[in-house]
Amino acid sequence: MYVAVKGGEKAIENAHTWLAEERRGATDVAELSLAQIREQLSLAVNRVMAEGSLFDPNLAALAIKQARGDLIEAIFLVRAYRTTLPRFGYSNPVETSEMACDRRISATFKDAPGGQVLGPTFDYTHRLLDFKLAADGEAPKAPEGTARQEPTPHITEFLKGEDIIQDEPASDDTPGDLTREPMEFPSNRPLRLQSLTRGDEGFVLGMAYSTQRGYARNHAFVGELRIGKVAVEMEIPELGFAIDIGEVELTECETVNQFTGSKTEPPQFTRGYGLVFGQSERKSIAMALVDRALRWEELGEDNLGAPAQDEEFVLSHADNIQATGFLEHIKLPHYVDFQSELELVRKLRREAEERITPKEAAE
Amino acid sequence: MTNQTEIATQARKEWMGLLARAPDDALMTLWDGIQDRPSFEWLRSPEVGGVMVRGRTGATGAPFNLGEMTVTRCSVVLQDGTVGHGYVQGRSKPKAEVAALIDAMMQTPAADDLQARLLDPLQQQMQAAKATRAAKAAATKVEFFTLVRGED
Repeated sequence: MYVAVKGGEKAIENAHTWLAEERRGATDVAELSLAQIREQLSLAVNRVMAEGSLFDPNLAALAIKQARGDLIEAIFLVRAYRTTLPRFGYSNPVETSEMACDRRISATFKDAPGGQVLGPTFDYTHRLLDFKLAADGEAPKAPEGTARQEPTPHITEFLKGEDIIQDEPASDDTPGDLTREPMEFPSNRPLRLQSLTRGDEGFVLGMAYSTQRGYARNHAFVGELRIGKVAVEMEIPELGFAIDIGEVELTECETVNQFTGSKTEPPQFTRGYGLVFGQSERKSIAMALVDRALRWEELGEDNLGAPAQDEEFVLSHADNIQATGFLEHIKLPHYVDFQSELELVRKLRREAEERITPKEAAE
Repeated sequence: MTNQTEIATQARKEWMGLLARAPDDALMTLWDGIQDRPSFEWLRSPEVGGVMVRGRTGATGAPFNLGEMTVTRCSVVLQDGTVGHGYVQGRSKPKAEVAALIDAMMQTPAADDLQARLLDPLQQQMQAAKATRAAKAAATKVEFFTLVRGED
């Protein structure tokens, strides 16, 4: 028999203490500092900032340390912290054309003005384990070239002149904010982009991959991928003008996709867009592919019933904190729920047996 | 706005932006070298908060909310009534306080000295760090060359 119980306080307290001890690991091994995590595990820090939806490398490093390297747990910690912060306001939209680019490549235009700048990329590495790193952490000094003085223009700007790519006309519309209002469907592109940029990297990657494998294929090329720092500017009411309040590292991906055309519109390339906190290349390409797939209706394409075209499906399942919260809650005590289920099953079995037994008696 | 106030506003935007973006250590080290610090009272004591950063669809289109960043702000008033505001990236209250004090002092006769001893060196340090990154990026720029084609 099951009865509702209170208790477990002591067990929980001891579990937390043991967790803290296990987090530290063997004490004859040096403890990790936040600066070490921030500087040497920077791509993990970037992922936690992007999906935690809060740009603060020190906080993300703390979350990773506290979560023992479980990035979804770390993202959870950052999201929880974020909700305690008063919102000072909204920035002006960042000018990614002014980005100080560490990396900037195009898969479509070899000779793009500004050039193909590889940056500190894993591409072209052989993915062989480097046992030298196990022995020492000596780093070579990166060579320096002659830096470009002027900002690097967006590649799509060159296509726009020919009217051969769909325009993205500027507006000053106030976008919806899913941290303030719950998501409703049908949604719109600004809300979709907000949801995707903080969405789980694995989920967004899987959705993007599904479009490449043929579920709403949209023939994407990476028109441009750029990584670097941009200034963030905000209007300050007490000053009456805007100032820079800091700078953030961003990864931006613009895809150039198969053209559409109709009786009234000439064929034109279409676009997908990804913009993510930190150096988050895989995520921003995936975001751009999913953004493009979700634009099927606006671009007059057919609904092929592909998962990546279904905004309710994509956006409702992209958030790993919502997902993990619901998934993991089933391991927490459900004794009362389970007892009622148990009684129901016993009753059904009893009734079934009673239905069978009289029949047998009659035979 | 007269031309003069426009110039003054532009200068203030520049130093406030510089202070907001400055690495904590660099700013605090330079501030340690400033001896003549005015007494002040808080108009708003330091407060940590978030600012929602926005982007644009396709880089140039409609705004969307990208995610937040941490910002610390405060306001001070000097004895002569000069008001200074600090808005700095991150969660450092001492940094916000220093930024607000510098903002106030830059509106007083102390400005030239502070510009030379703190803002200029800070600007140079930050510019040098930025230039180094740009130079490293430039070294990874691909120089294409055309191979001779076999059929010629």
